[in-house]
Amino acid sequence: MDTEFIIKYIPLYVKAAGLTIGLGIVGIFFSLLIGLSVSLIQYFKIPVLKRIAGIYIELSRNTPLLVQLFFLYFGLPKAGIRFSSQACAIIGLSFLGGSYMAEAFRSGLNAIDKVQEESALSIGLKHGQVMRYVILPQALSLSVPGLCANMIFLIKETSVFSVLALADLMYVAKDLIGLYYKTDEALLMLVIAYLVLLLPISVAASFLERRLRYAGFGN
Amino acid sequence: MKEKEKLLEIKHLHKDYGNGPVLKDVSLNVHKGEVVVIIGPSGCGKSTLLRCINGLEQIQSGKILLDGEVITENKTKWSEVRQKIGMVFQSYDLFPHMTVTDNILLGPTKVQGRDKKEAEAEAERILERIGLLDKKNAFPRQLSGGQKQRVAIVRALIMKPEIMLFDEVTAALDPEMVREVLDVMLELAKSGSTMMIVTHEMQFARAVADRIVFLDGGEILETDTPEKFFTRPKTDRAKRFLNTFSFHMERERGGKAI
Ligand SMILES: Nc1ncnc2c1ncn2[C@@H]1O[C@H](COP(=O)(O)OP(=O)(O)O)[C@@H](O)[C@H]1O
Ligand SMILES: [Mg+2]
Repeated sequence: MDTEFIIKYIPLYVKAAGLTIGLGIVGIFFSLLIGLSVSLIQYFKIPVLKRIAGIYIELSRNTPLLVQLFFLYFGLPKAGIRFSSQACAIIGLSFLGGSYMAEAFRSGLNAIDKVQEESALSIGLKHGQVMRYVILPQALSLSVPGLCANMIFLIKETSVFSVLALADLMYVAKDLIGLYYKTDEALLMLVIAYLVLLLPISVAASFLERRLRYAGFGN
Repeated sequence: MKEKEKLLEIKHLHKDYGNGPVLKDVSLNVHKGEVVVIIGPSGCGKSTLLRCINGLEQIQSGKILLDGEVITENKTKWSEVRQKIGMVFQSYDLFPHMTVTDNILLGPTKVQGRDKKEAEAEAERILERIGLLDKKNAFPRQLSGGQKQRVAIVRALIMKPEIMLFDEVTAALDPEMVREVLDVMLELAKSGSTMMIVTHEMQFARAVADRIVFLDGGEILETDTPEKFFTRPKTDRAKRFLNTFSFHMERERGGKAI
């Protein structure tokens, strides 16, 4: 193992990790936004949008991210629509993540008993208030475990961004292997980099879960 | 006797969930300060009737008036009407993510825009009266079933409704907790509240009711004073229904003797 090599390229990995996490966070943000919207559309069974949401979920779930990225990055330019690598990465990740997040939100919403809504209505709350004060707070905390699992899943998925010529972790590792044949070192650093990124999220997630369960309901 | 001012009028109400009629031509008036107890076999439409009154179910025909105003119209502002109609359900329906106090204050502060301090003081007064003041910061999961139902009653009461609807609020309780909830309802009846109560507690029904309404197969078969209804029911179906209860009681006593 060439420690000198490792030390030399740590800064490169740190930079790449920054890109990975940056794209990951933006993608997760939009995934959450899409997911919440889709789950609410389905929860309220909003006519036309419900159909569109259904089609979206099928598309998103049944195509690999890699294929979605190829489509965005190589396919769309042929139709004259051109996005930067970063934009493709974020759009792709959000498109994928949205359906997963929607599923997590949906299971939270579905876990809330109908009588909760009815008793909130019966004290005179309007539908929006019922959502805001009664349904969503409960549904969201029930969704947290699923949402956290999805975040970790999405950060891992960012490893395919290297096909967009983005200097993320995967790209850097492949590059170093290609240039110097330091396969062991490059891969070791890759594994460690992902661990460093994902472990804190994982720990935070289980902490949050425990907190929510404690503060929560479990009646 | 109590004054005869009509508070709630139900006229020729028909309700159908899409697989046959559930309420058939139900007409019923509830006067101010009156306690009407609805009894009848399971599935006869008791819950449906209460749910129609506060707009949780759409009706097919007929109408319902509250204070002389029709409330079963498309333009009905249910948020306003429901403030005048308190309802307590069978299943414990407290909001599990809120403390007892927050459960009670949600309506006054968010719906009525009352001052939080002032509403909280009132909540504490009521909690104290029913012996639950020490639970004001507890979460529902820390309460017994009976305590939850009493808080649910307070949550409805604090809105100062004109009428309270109770749908088998003790049916899901362990027997030893039934009493504490019924006592609160008796107290309310004594203080002159207008109430519609669905219950299977026959002795309680007899004690609390000004009038008993016997519902079977979605129809009102009898309306009478508790005295008359329980001693001399007019219809065979009411007789049979009451018999199922006395049969139950005798069997239980017999069981203990063995
Ligand atoms: N949401 C619903 N959809 C379809 N049928 C229902 C629904 N709610 C109640 N029913 C039916 O309506 C009838 C009356 O029910 P309900 O009012 O709950 O009776 P009760 O409270 O007297 O036991 C029953 O046959 C029940 O199956
Ligand atoms: Mg019922």
